Amino acid sequence: MKPMKTLYDKIWDAHLVTPETDAPAILYTDLHLIHEVTSPQAFSGLRKRGLKVRRPDRTFATMDHSIPTTSRSLTGFDEIAANQVRQLEKNCKEFGIPLYGLDSPNQGIVHVIGPDLGLTQPGRTMVCGDSHTSTHGAFGALAFGIGTTEVEMVLASQCLLARKSKNLKVNFNGQLQRGVTSKDMILALIAKIGIGGGTGHVVEYAGSAIRALDMDARMTICNMSIEGGARAGLVAPDDTTFQYMSGREFAPKGKAWDEALARWKQLPSDEGAHYDRVVDIDVSSLEPMITYGTNPGMSIPLTGRVPKPENAADAAALRYMAIEPGQALLGHKIDVVFIGSCTNSRLSDLRNAAKVLRGRKVSPSVRTLVVPGSYQIKKAAEAEGLDKIFKEAGAEWREAGCSMCLAMNGDQLEPGQTSVSTSNRNFEGRQGKGGRTLLASPLTAAASAIAGHVADVRELGGLQ
Amino acid sequence: MKFTSKAVLVPQENIDTDQIIPARFLKTTDKVGIGDHLFEDRPDFGVKRGSQILVAGDNFGCGSSREHAVWALVDFGFKAVVSTSFADIFRQNSLKNGFLPIVVDRQTHALLNAGTNLTVDVDNQTLSIEGGPTVKFPIDSFSKTCILENLDEIGYVLKHDAAIAGFESRG
Repeated sequence: MKPMKTLYDKIWDAHLVTPETDAPAILYTDLHLIHEVTSPQAFSGLRKRGLKVRRPDRTFATMDHSIPTTSRSLTGFDEIAANQVRQLEKNCKEFGIPLYGLDSPNQGIVHVIGPDLGLTQPGRTMVCGDSHTSTHGAFGALAFGIGTTEVEMVLASQCLLARKSKNLKVNFNGQLQRGVTSKDMILALIAKIGIGGGTGHVVEYAGSAIRALDMDARMTICNMSIEGGARAGLVAPDDTTFQYMSGREFAPKGKAWDEALARWKQLPSDEGAHYDRVVDIDVSSLEPMITYGTNPGMSIPLTGRVPKPENAADAAALRYMAIEPGQALLGHKIDVVFIGSCTNSRLSDLRNAAKVLRGRKVSPSVRTLVVPGSYQIKKAAEAEGLDKIFKEAGAEWREAGCSMCLAMNGDQLEPGQTSVSTSNRNFEGRQGKGGRTLLASPLTAAASAIAGHVADVRELGGLQ
Repeated sequence: MKFTSKAVLVPQENIDTDQIIPARFLKTTDKVGIGDHLFEDRPDFGVKRGSQILVAGDNFGCGSSREHAVWALVDFGFKAVVSTSFADIFRQNSLKNGFLPIVVDRQTHALLNAGTNLTVDVDNQTLSIEGGPTVKFPIDSFSKTCILENLDEIGYVLKHDAAIAGFESRG
């Protein structure tokens, strides 16, 4: 009898160049995505060794982290950041790597364009020098973030040294209530297992509530796997996956598509496969979630009250956030709303935000940024008139990039400001030195922009 | 390989890579001088140069994959960090830079005070606390060999070129 395997086991086994012994396994990577921030030192390493890129055809580059989102030009932009971008251009040219730069219609956040272009495919191994590479797991691809030394290793050999992780299964069952989204599901999970709860594991998200989500929503969940400590998160591919992929630029076509489909259908975990750990969450009673502290595990239901700190670190987090134990977050005053990032900048996220903002005005005291995840998403949103809704509401409509998620490009909070942000991290200073971040869904973010304080979209009306 | 140094303590749990080095210092295209920005926005940690061993709280290095966090610690002069656990990517990045992420249990961790002399013996995988016990710590055998013999992991993988080519030809 064949051994029962999980989705992770199957992809792992299919990519072993050499198995794990005393030495780690050599794992083949099908696709390597690179960007301007974590690659320059890797290319310098290649030059020093006199090496070339083994598979430039399996390597794609874009720029996202440090670029401006006010325009698609570096003129007048931070000279150090501009230099880094130019270095990426030079490296890609020298080593023959396709680059989707600021002038390309394929430019965007690396974890948005991979799926956009059909580069992200079920069963693939994918790496990128960015921890949110876990996003691509939504397609049943084993995808994880790596450091710059590993970027150099993959450029040189198309392989990684790796030891197998444990299998963690998270079952999301039940039906989401109105106003509750996949962002709330993942925040609830991280609150439950803790930000180190998934360390050493690859997560497989399963259950009826996952099956009911569209691909954008699944990506939001896999994206934040790393905030629970897991390097990779997976969803087994199904018809929703295949429909999304069909016809995309790099997706297989014709006979190759039929063959790929047959392969992909073999990927889901075998019945009876072993998981080292299983977590169950019923989403039926789930409320919109929002963070109140300085890590993504510190979240509560939107109508809840901030818990008393259990230790000195939690107390310090509340002091940093200027939030009192026992207080409600609804009504908490905010200065900025950021709708964007590799977590929540896709077309359905923008539609959700637009649904709330249509015909309304953001509070004059709130600066609201809407930053699409890619140039293509920007154009698709504009074709639907979403840009007009945002602009008429008084929000800024930006070019694609990481923007205020990590505040590298000048889009940032001022010291002491509080944001409601659809991004993934609320670490101290993450969105600007001294800035305070409340993580939430695009629905909650948009409702809060209108109110000028943390608000519940379910109280606003206008939701289908 | 063995070294002794006074411990520098940052006892907080979950110190993320944004605390170790904020994103605005990631615009560099090399590694030179990156240690100047270690814990730049956390003067409250009070970390000063002169020690080789950092002692930190649980889940150190969580967050982003930026190897700049490890480069900054190394450039600052640290050779090892002791905690009760590390985030996966940070641990990986550390070992690839010959920087030791040393895991001890909570009991041992509680014995580590600022200014205590600690001795790390990589060959024997021990951490000795001055006036206290000597404890074993785990380290991946392959990473240990790489660190002790100054072996290059990229060179190791490239030696398997035939196996990689074989894998590629199988499609």
